[in-house]
Amino acid sequence: MPTAFQRIYTKVEEITKATCTVRATDVGYDELATVNGQLAQVVKIMGDQVTLQVFAGTEGVPTDAEVVFLGKAPSLKVGEALAGRFFNAYGDPIDGGPQVEGREQEIGGPSVNPVRRKQPSELITTGIAGIDLNNTLVTGQKIPFFADPDQPFNQVMATVALRTAADRIVLGGIGLTNDDYLYFKSVFENAGALHRIVSFVNTTEDPTVERLLVPDMALTAAEYFAVEKNEKVLVLLTDMTLYADALSIVSNRMDQIPSKDSMPGSLYSDLAKLYEKAVQFEEGGSITIVAVTTLSGGDITHAIPDNTGYITEGQLFLRRDTDIGKVIVDPFRSLSRLKQLVIGKKTREDHPQVMNAAVRLYADAANARTKLENGFELTDYDERTLDFAKEYSDKLLAIDVNIDTDKMLDTAWQLFARHFSKAEVGIKQSLTDQYWPEKQ
Amino acid sequence: MTLTQQQTTGRVSGIISNLVLVDVDGPVGQNEIGFIQLGDTPLMAEVIKVMGDKAYVQVFESTRGLRPGMEVRFEGHMLESTLGPGILSRNYDGLMHDLNTMSGIFLKKGDYTSALDLEKSWAFEPLAQAGDEVTAGSWLGQVDENGIPHKIMVPFKLQGQYTVESVVEAGEHKVQDTIAVLKDERGTEHKVSMLQKFPVKQAVRAYREKPRPFQLLETGVRTIDTLNPMVEGGTGFIPGPFGSGKTVLQQAISKQAEADIVIVAACGERANEVVDLFVEFPELEDPWTGRKLMERTTIIANTSNMPVAAREASVYTAMSIAEYYRSMGLKVLLLADSTSRWAQALREMSNRMEELPGPDAFPMDLPAIISSFYARAGIVHLHNGETGSITFIGTVSPAGGNLKEPVTESTKKVARCFYALSQARADSKRYPAIDPIESYSKYLEYPELQRTLNEQIEEGWTEKVNELKNILLRGKEAAEQINILGDDGVSIDTHLIFWRSEVVDEIILQQNAFDAVDARTPMDRQQYMVNKVLEVVATPLSFESYEEINPYFKRVINAMKQMNYSEFESEAFKQNMQELEDTLAERKTEN
Ligand SMILES: Nc1ncnc2c1ncn2[C@@H]1O[C@H](COP(=O)(O)OP(=O)(O)OP(=O)(O)O)[C@@H](O)[C@H]1O
Ligand SMILES: [Mg+2]
Repeated sequence: MPTAFQRIYTKVEEITKATCTVRATDVGYDELATVNGQLAQVVKIMGDQVTLQVFAGTEGVPTDAEVVFLGKAPSLKVGEALAGRFFNAYGDPIDGGPQVEGREQEIGGPSVNPVRRKQPSELITTGIAGIDLNNTLVTGQKIPFFADPDQPFNQVMATVALRTAADRIVLGGIGLTNDDYLYFKSVFENAGALHRIVSFVNTTEDPTVERLLVPDMALTAAEYFAVEKNEKVLVLLTDMTLYADALSIVSNRMDQIPSKDSMPGSLYSDLAKLYEKAVQFEEGGSITIVAVTTLSGGDITHAIPDNTGYITEGQLFLRRDTDIGKVIVDPFRSLSRLKQLVIGKKTREDHPQVMNAAVRLYADAANARTKLENGFELTDYDERTLDFAKEYSDKLLAIDVNIDTDKMLDTAWQLFARHFSKAEVGIKQSLTDQYWPEKQ
Repeated sequence: MTLTQQQTTGRVSGIISNLVLVDVDGPVGQNEIGFIQLGDTPLMAEVIKVMGDKAYVQVFESTRGLRPGMEVRFEGHMLESTLGPGILSRNYDGLMHDLNTMSGIFLKKGDYTSALDLEKSWAFEPLAQAGDEVTAGSWLGQVDENGIPHKIMVPFKLQGQYTVESVVEAGEHKVQDTIAVLKDERGTEHKVSMLQKFPVKQAVRAYREKPRPFQLLETGVRTIDTLNPMVEGGTGFIPGPFGSGKTVLQQAISKQAEADIVIVAACGERANEVVDLFVEFPELEDPWTGRKLMERTTIIANTSNMPVAAREASVYTAMSIAEYYRSMGLKVLLLADSTSRWAQALREMSNRMEELPGPDAFPMDLPAIISSFYARAGIVHLHNGETGSITFIGTVSPAGGNLKEPVTESTKKVARCFYALSQARADSKRYPAIDPIESYSKYLEYPELQRTLNEQIEEGWTEKVNELKNILLRGKEAAEQINILGDDGVSIDTHLIFWRSEVVDEIILQQNAFDAVDARTPMDRQQYMVNKVLEVVATPLSFESYEEINPYFKRVINAMKQMNYSEFESEAFKQNMQELEDTLAERKTEN
């Protein structure tokens, strides 16, 4: 409802698919407004010409639409009461519950001073060896799954979320199908974890541009719990490709010169501003971001995955291993950049070398397979790498394996000893002396 | 602008993200700094274009809440670095505000802290005396900054000849105290303190000449020092797709390089990577002096979530500080990660100004901007005969990992060392993933460097380096043949050629940046290992069938890898060496 202090204008001069321009004075940059009752935000001011991005799209907006400026930037009411609730992109409940009472917090707020950050050092375990062994995650990290649209990424995300020891899980659903939304809801409910979870959801049925608000909403909630409650917060953002698509729609409407793949030239900064909200605070609170970036045709050189890769601290790939008929976390292309901070320090000392040796041998197996496909004869070593690779996939990489890290390391040593000599494995002697299993 | 002129002011008339249009009431200069008053908060901004009485400014902050009509004050000068003792060990934002003295966990708009501690006293010792003829950059005195003789110089802004009227005696002084009085040719006196300011986008030219580089800059990274050496005062760049190891490599160089001063510009990259430096540098030792690394280092952090316009400024701020220390006759190493982010910042502004775009929507003058930046590096002979240098290494993050893009291409034209990181090498964990065949150091062709290498390392060194490169090249060809014809379709010799190049690859090229011993290899140890590797490669070996070769060389490589992981000449090192000798003896043929 407009109040006496709000300024109301009714002369819309220009309308595009996502924006409209109105003559108005004393308007602040980034300020919220309503256009014809729909939420909008100031994206450009030229003298008294104010351009607004209308989140729900401009369908049906007339030139005499009522434009009301609200005198504030987009915000979220933060408080304990967010827990267990489901919201839309504006932070309004969609679960039938009451509005949340709390402090009004602007979204997309300032960045943490880098000198006030703490180096991430706390291990996150998931029981999945493709993650814990090969691509160990750390609190305060940001990492996406690069996934094909038909891969079970949302299921894996839900598994990861529920297995980690996060105090709080914030789900940012960006263009989720209604089915996936209901899937998350039921998985969280069935796990009895609802009280730990806050969800902001924009489904495919909702307007596209609204999606732009979801990550900021989710991260503002995460910041509240991490800063004020010192909680370990895990933020799930799925699917960030749809977020970037929404960005390009808006920037194209504003006549910005597109750069690669018709994405805005500012894509890197736009994405970085979100992902860099991942942080470990001195006081113990942290924000960890696990996201999904869907690929089209597996192309990681497309501007969206490419810019994401340059921002995040590694990436995880899922792959169906036809040898064992299961989904694995691909050991070649997946990488956790922050694993160095914990492996061999927070985990057993042999972790780094075992991890590397196994991946190297797995790579040798891939070479052997290529040879085989090209019709060449295999050496004895080639044969052994293939046997190793199959067991490695089945006993370690498959995402349905759920064991602790020591067990993963022991398993790897057993596989080494079964298939190779010490020299072929090439691990530091002091470690081999200690961990190489006796003849089985 | 002189003091008698009135300060130019203006009012905001347009806002598109961080580009703001200002209606001005007087003269403004290109790149002049202004402050926009947002309530009580001054927002720093820089003029990037002027059209009539409209100035286009890029704001170094978020413009949320900014309104048309808000007041702008122009400062009459460009963006400047603040130069004086106390820069080392400090962590700055892109505009040289001290991050540590800012308040709160989150960055606040307008929290512009001082670059230097204005209250700290320094033990000043004079170097000049009354009557000396001096020019910009001449040394007037010095203070001890973390064990480094920090020269107090005639400010770079002073043009022409001056005579020293007086210099204070040795004693404690704060940076703003007058330490000398100079007289110009017209007899006007100028007071000089230990603090001076200089525009960051302007090169300091207080030196006599810039000779060609001739001296190795040791980094401890074998594939650089041995194969494609960097030199004191040289330039190089590291392009590579994401995750290929640019930052790890640059950080290794920043820790290990033989430099007096290291300036790290974290330009539009991850905050956590800067935190690594904050955590490690105060603990780690400078291998050259034994002091803590942080004592020789200054970090300029404009991470990717910090304002975009300040990202562009950050590399200039870093260069300006580097030039200041070079003028003291010091060896400065400047690292920027990533210069692509700086180019992207330029692109964002150019797009907002609706300028005619060049390739990939980058500004047309990008090649010129990159070229004049790299040109500021180099070794210089100062007017007093001393030598100082800035070695500059930047990373480049090419879109899609494709080197045919404007930033990589423009940089390739100006940087003399090219350390191309290969996706394939990174994927197979062959770190550092520098492609040994694509990469080059143009300096290797300099006779003056060849001379110093052969003198300082050993006679015939450069020939050995070429031999290593040949082995790698032939190994690559052999690998291709094996791939096409199959293991049994090629001769045993072809297999041997391949495996000998693998020895070079595994033992010289590959290096584990996270292993305490392997991470840094001093030059004498590199020399030793190169000779060892060449000896292994030259050893005639006999095999009955190609199937024996792979397991045999795995053992050879394993023994030598263990040598790399052991302290040089330790018991373990010698043991592994013995193992290597034994293994070689098994197959060695006499001839
Ligand atoms: N020399 C090395 N030794 C061991 N591991 C390495 C080495 N270099 C790189 N890596 C591995 O590769 C990962 C990525 O390296 P790095 O962060 O330097 O990549 P980058 O090229 O800077 O990527 P981006 O462009 O995304 O910043 C590291 O986290 C580490 O796991
Ligand atoms: Mg990097």
